[in-house]
Amino acid sequence: MTLICRFATAALVAAVFFASTVPALRAQTVTTVAAASDLKFAIEEVAARFEKDTGNRLRLVFGSSGNFKTQILQDAPFHLFMSADENFVYQLADAGKTVDRGRAYAIGRIGIMVPPGSPLKADGEFNDLAAALKDGRLQKFAIANPEHAPYGARAKEALQHAGLWNAIQGKLVLGENISQAAQFATSGSAQGGVIAYSLALAPAMKGLGSFALIPESWHQPLKQRMVLIKGAPPAARAFYDYLSTPGAQKVMVRYGFVTPKE
Amino acid sequence: MDWQALILSLQLAAVTLLVLLPAGLWLGRWLAYTQVAGKSFIEAVVVLPLVLPPTVLGYYLLVSMGGASPLGAWVQQTFGVRLSFNFLGLLIASIIFNIPFLVQPVQRAFEAIPRQLGEAAAVSGLSTWQTFWRVELPLAWPGVLSACVLTFVHTLGEFGVVLMVGGSIPGETKTIAISIYDRVQSFDLAGANQMSLLLLLFSLGAVGASFFASARLAVRR
Repeated sequence: MTLICRFATAALVAAVFFASTVPALRAQTVTTVAAASDLKFAIEEVAARFEKDTGNRLRLVFGSSGNFKTQILQDAPFHLFMSADENFVYQLADAGKTVDRGRAYAIGRIGIMVPPGSPLKADGEFNDLAAALKDGRLQKFAIANPEHAPYGARAKEALQHAGLWNAIQGKLVLGENISQAAQFATSGSAQGGVIAYSLALAPAMKGLGSFALIPESWHQPLKQRMVLIKGAPPAARAFYDYLSTPGAQKVMVRYGFVTPKE
Repeated sequence: MDWQALILSLQLAAVTLLVLLPAGLWLGRWLAYTQVAGKSFIEAVVVLPLVLPPTVLGYYLLVSMGGASPLGAWVQQTFGVRLSFNFLGLLIASIIFNIPFLVQPVQRAFEAIPRQLGEAAAVSGLSTWQTFWRVELPLAWPGVLSACVLTFVHTLGEFGVVLMVGGSIPGETKTIAISIYDRVQSFDLAGANQMSLLLLLFSLGAVGASFFASARLAVRR
């Protein structure tokens, strides 16, 4: 019994120690950026440069733009929102959550990703996809959830443009955001998927499959817009401005983003 | 390896246990002895977080504690703190979803104590508090220990509720389970692998140790 008692006491002391270090007891604000998943690799690189250049610290959170919009409406503690779709930014501005109506920072592109060994060809105009649907080569096809992920909504539009949307319904697997869709598309369990160009160009994706761009005119443009949330600290504004500098834009272009003219 | 997320998870588990243990001991013991009308209903409410999908629990917590909800707004006005997307919100969620994991084993442990022992203690002049401390708790100890271990390990592993109410903010609400999910999405399978393995070994070790301790205690009795 004494051994157990000692063990329990030690565990309790450890618990109290951990309890005393909880973040709620530390008063600090770290600039937090909520960024759409397609920005995962590009913004990590830009943020690292920004931190090195200015000495500011940033916290990056990635997810689907629609979810971030809902969370910011619920007062989530984000300071800068980088949406994959400008409409979410406008909705937040109309709800009075933002400093202003924001700034366009990039135009995104989508394409078809096919993992190695897939019976499907990476064909941006979906000709092989249509054939694969007919002859049964296609079992599963990954896109982001069109309900709340902008890249999923554009993928749906492109599939509709090609006249494949109804036929492909039963084969779709939906990622919670575009980076999960990319994960599904390259996992080998699906024969392919529609993902962001920016993710296909990321070093982490090298060798995970072949990629082909879908014609820009097949879907609404992915006008990506960012906005400062009310109460954002100065470092958030500094990063907001930093994103429009030529150095930052160069990184974005390398990840397949088009610089918006505004 | 995301040490920050691991430390956060350990902190969350520790605080959850510290808050829940006294309340859980009281509730579990009370449920074991009481004959009150509606006992089954109370027991059902206690077990509810165990059978409810985490998304349902998360959804209710999100809408009831968020900044737009009456409760969330009141707490923010009165105490100046938010209940959502921070450690405090996560802690409240964690306490709620752990209630059955703590209360159930505690209740079973107290139920297993023969009633005559309590009566004998009372006849011997021990107060309720002394009876609890000197007679009941030592006998119920194996159950209490496994309740603590289950609660702790379950907090480390909880995913659905944390995903719904947390917002995946590093150092604040990004627990180890969320971090593993994140790693997989960023194609960092090596990182996900490391953390998953660590969590697997830790959970197995903790549960194994608690079973071992309970068995030793049972032999000594």
